[in-house]
Amino acid sequence: MLPSRFDYVAAHSIEEALAAKAQGDEDTRFLAGGQSLLPMMKLRLAVPSKLIDINRIDGLGGVERRNGHLRIGAAARHADVAASDAAFGAVAAAAPWISDPLVRNLGTLCGSVAHCDPEGDWNSVLLATGADVVARGPGGERSIPIAEFVQDMFANSLASDEMVTEVRVPVPSGRSGGSYVKLERKIGDYATVAVAGHLELGDDGRIAAAGLALTSVAPINLKVAEAEALLVGNQPGPELFAEAAELAAAAADPRDDVRGTARWKRQVVRTFTGRALAAAADQALKG
Amino acid sequence: MTAHTTTPPEIGGIGHSLKRVEDARLIEGQGNFLDDISLPGMLYMALVRSPVAHARINGIDIEAAMAVDGVLAVVTGELMAAHNLAWMPTLSGDTQAVLATDKVRYQGQEVAAVIATDPYIAADGAELVDVDYDVLPAVVTPQQSLDPDTVVIRDEKEGQTDNLAYEWECGDDAATAEAFARADRVVSIQTHYPRSHPAPLETCGIVADVNPVTGQATIYMTSQAPHAHRTLFAMVAGLPEQNIRIISPDIGGGFGNKVPIYPGYVVATAASLVIGKPVKWVETRTGNLISTGFGRDYHMSGELALTDEGRILGLRVDVLSDQGAFYSDAQPSRYRAGLFHVVTGSYDFPAAHITCRGAFTNKAPGGVAYRCSFRITEASYLIERLVQTAAYELGIDPADLRFRNFIQPEQFPYETPTGFVYDSGDYPTALRKALDAVGYEQLREEQAEARAQGRLIGIGIAHFTEAVGAGPAHTYDIAGLKMIDSAELRVHPTGKAILKLGVKTQGQGHETTFAQIVAEQLGIPAYDIKVEHGDTDHTPYGLGTYASRSTPVGGAATAVVARKLADKARHIAAHLLEAAVEDIEMAAGKLHVKGSPDQAVTIQDVALAAYTNLPEGMEYGLEDVTYYNPPNLTFPYGSYIVVVEVDPDTGVWKVERMVALDDCGVRINPMIVEGQIHGGLTEGFAMSSMQWITFDEDGNCIGSNFMDYLVPTAWETPRFELLETVVPSPHHPIGAKGVGESATVGSPAAYVNAVVDALAHLGVRNIDMPVLPDRVWEAIDSAAS
Ligand SMILES: Cc1cc2nc3c(=O)[nH]c(=O)nc-3n(C[C@H](O)[C@H](O)[C@H](O)COP(=O)(O)OP(=O)(O)OC[C@H]3O[C@@H](n4cnc5c(N)ncnc54)[C@H](O)[C@@H]3O)c2cc1C
Repeated sequence: MLPSRFDYVAAHSIEEALAAKAQGDEDTRFLAGGQSLLPMMKLRLAVPSKLIDINRIDGLGGVERRNGHLRIGAAARHADVAASDAAFGAVAAAAPWISDPLVRNLGTLCGSVAHCDPEGDWNSVLLATGADVVARGPGGERSIPIAEFVQDMFANSLASDEMVTEVRVPVPSGRSGGSYVKLERKIGDYATVAVAGHLELGDDGRIAAAGLALTSVAPINLKVAEAEALLVGNQPGPELFAEAAELAAAAADPRDDVRGTARWKRQVVRTFTGRALAAAADQALKG
Repeated sequence: MTAHTTTPPEIGGIGHSLKRVEDARLIEGQGNFLDDISLPGMLYMALVRSPVAHARINGIDIEAAMAVDGVLAVVTGELMAAHNLAWMPTLSGDTQAVLATDKVRYQGQEVAAVIATDPYIAADGAELVDVDYDVLPAVVTPQQSLDPDTVVIRDEKEGQTDNLAYEWECGDDAATAEAFARADRVVSIQTHYPRSHPAPLETCGIVADVNPVTGQATIYMTSQAPHAHRTLFAMVAGLPEQNIRIISPDIGGGFGNKVPIYPGYVVATAASLVIGKPVKWVETRTGNLISTGFGRDYHMSGELALTDEGRILGLRVDVLSDQGAFYSDAQPSRYRAGLFHVVTGSYDFPAAHITCRGAFTNKAPGGVAYRCSFRITEASYLIERLVQTAAYELGIDPADLRFRNFIQPEQFPYETPTGFVYDSGDYPTALRKALDAVGYEQLREEQAEARAQGRLIGIGIAHFTEAVGAGPAHTYDIAGLKMIDSAELRVHPTGKAILKLGVKTQGQGHETTFAQIVAEQLGIPAYDIKVEHGDTDHTPYGLGTYASRSTPVGGAATAVVARKLADKARHIAAHLLEAAVEDIEMAAGKLHVKGSPDQAVTIQDVALAAYTNLPEGMEYGLEDVTYYNPPNLTFPYGSYIVVVEVDPDTGVWKVERMVALDDCGVRINPMIVEGQIHGGLTEGFAMSSMQWITFDEDGNCIGSNFMDYLVPTAWETPRFELLETVVPSPHHPIGAKGVGESATVGSPAAYVNAVVDALAHLGVRNIDMPVLPDRVWEAIDSAAS
């Protein structure tokens, strides 16, 4: 449980961090909350040559509404999101479900997004809410839709000289609601199954936009486009949600493991999709 | 709860919930744990462990590791063999590899050790030791293991031609067969009590400091049994016993895990001996979880013979135990399956027969009594699951079936068909009280209403009887060392005292509880009594703390030695008061002449007199030592009731109520007793719901860190409602029975019975632990189809 030798540098600006990354070799890594990276280093599953600590960069934190979106800075902790009045819908619902208070006090949303662990919660939430990831590199800034950002298990679409500076979640203009329903074996555990739901209602009461994504039941966080398509244009209700739940269960690709059988996980996806959509609709109607 | 006390709070004898003496230093970070110990010139050791479950070792290349700056030595099995230390005896008469020479037999087995100037360098070196393995098929179940075509795991063992570790039987086969022939009904259950790990927060470790000139070996070690370990070190390593001093410092939890001697201890000691410098080894979390003493892993089939009226006539049990690669059960009895034959439980019936076989597999060795007397948890679980099943099959309420079969209060001392003599108890009163507390009859009505609405509520009962406090010398020993224990008490001239124990706390609160036993007998305030334990040079001999034996054996020794001093104190008081000894009465720290309470001296006056003013011919001082050989085990019991609600759509279950009535005889410190029960109920919840070690088909251990091995925290642990009855042990000097393990033993069946009860109307009879939600949902789903 002791990491191997590594170098460490604390960056004080984004420019400094990017310069350090450009100078480093391919095993140079950014260090955010360290809640994924440090455990891997202790198990020697990650053996970085150098860590670039981004925690001391001014202005990198913050959870706030700006220009029609919710901005979550790269240094914002899970706990900051959980405590924020600006967070809404599925984002607000998911924050208290990230691990335990210890991890939430250090780990960052952007670090989790960059890490692309299919058992991580945030990427499902961002897929359901249609968020963008903002990256900075030597050539400037670009905004990457989350669906493009998540490439594969533990693989994102950042170039080797880029870092994530923030995440932007669009704030719906009309009535909307979101939810995150998670089954974990104990507090602090990753999801056995989790479902992120997001619904926007039109003036006619029909669903104008829908987002649905699954955690821990596929090699990546899974956006269930078929179910989203089914929902849009229809009146929210138990039968519609049950149909969407069937599509989600069919789309899920879980495995048998210590957390349970694949057959059962599919059943949980079915049940939780129904519950997630009902909760989202409920919030949209009340809000 | 108001406890019965005979001393005022200032003295704090039996029945007072004194705050724990040890807590201040532990909470304020002033404890001294193994890893806090640092000696000048100390070196660090890291172990190289096998990544595979079964393989032949072709060779070990240490060159790259030796080339690391700061690595001083790489120890292999070959080097240990040169000192005749490649193998060591186990506590069950088998041998265990210290460092593998021929084969590795489980994932995580110790293969080499790297000694370096700093722990990081030792870890770097360990990574570079290059072992050439020829991988063999892994044997991961005992059923597979006993198949005649399976490869022999212990091929180094002379005469071993299969994978059978032991066979044992107990009870009366013929009488049991006769009972089954008479039965109206036979009810059976097959269940696996899964492998669990005690997972103490502090892993195992050692600082071995062998002086190259004097040969004095000072060994700091995470040991639940320092004296026994000293003797075993002397026997195995051939060191003269007077040169070995084992110091077991503050221990961050043991739960049975710190009873065995592990390879790391042996290698570190040998390395210190050879190098002539102190060597520290602190196990990693993964090392602890994958290689050290696990608990359980019992595949059990039980059958009950019953009459239609629900009277039990007989019990038949067959066990297949998964021993792992070496048969190294750490248990104190002469019976192969420990105290498993307590499986007849709280019930009165004439016949039982038990057969057990142990099988070698490619898994870590070391069956330990994880917070129980050895194998009692498995036994208690089986009988309570069986009785519950019988209730459903006979259509009798599970509480009622228990009442119909309980051993009655007037039957004590009660001899069971397997040979235990239960000391005391009143089971019907205990169960009735627990049922009333939970509101049993009304809950059954609510359950029926809920079922009608499609909700699943379950009520689970377990009424367990434990056998603890090993034990009488005629039956209980470890490596021939009788399971006696000791206490030495010295009262100083100012009336303060030091109590030295052969047992060793790992968090149970000995420093408080044992002082209270002395306070009760002598009237010296408990806080004026220092309790010392864990250092073999400074304490009298004892077999250590496990099997709930500290209070039954060490506590008895403490009471007896304090009574010896009370007797001497009476003589001194008689001298001081110029009265006859027979006329001296002693209560709450005062010794007075019968009938004239004003004619009195205090125990402190007597203590001073013991060193200043004695009657003619009396030896100076006020101290003594006692070795206690208990006449019998003690038999704590309890009635636990759990109420759960199960989500039919996901199988997730939640504990709504947990009512636990314990009768552990006289409670010395009620607060500490309740703390022990809370801890045990939590571990019972853990094992029933989430905490297990399992393996994939290649023998890879799943559960090698706290992300995979789930230990519940305060978040998921249910609320407990505690109750008590007090039926003292008739043979224990203060009537105490021991309580450290009752709740771990008794509660798993209550939780599981509750979940099964929620599904009983669907025909579900068994779900193996851990009762994971997928298992629950699959049971509902297959019952439906
Ligand atoms: C016990 C435990 C339980 C957990 N349970 C959960 C859970 O239930 N749900 C869940 O979602 N997560 C869980 N996590 C993970 C946790 O959320 C992490 O905080 C998160 O995955 C990573 O964020 P971090 O800030 O800690 O990143 P770090 O560990 O510092 O970094 C993770 C990776 O992302 C890279 N990275 C970090 N920041 C950036 C950036 N700005 N730009 C580019 N790359 C970057 C790093 O180089 C590294 O490769 C758990 C972690 C632990 C230790």
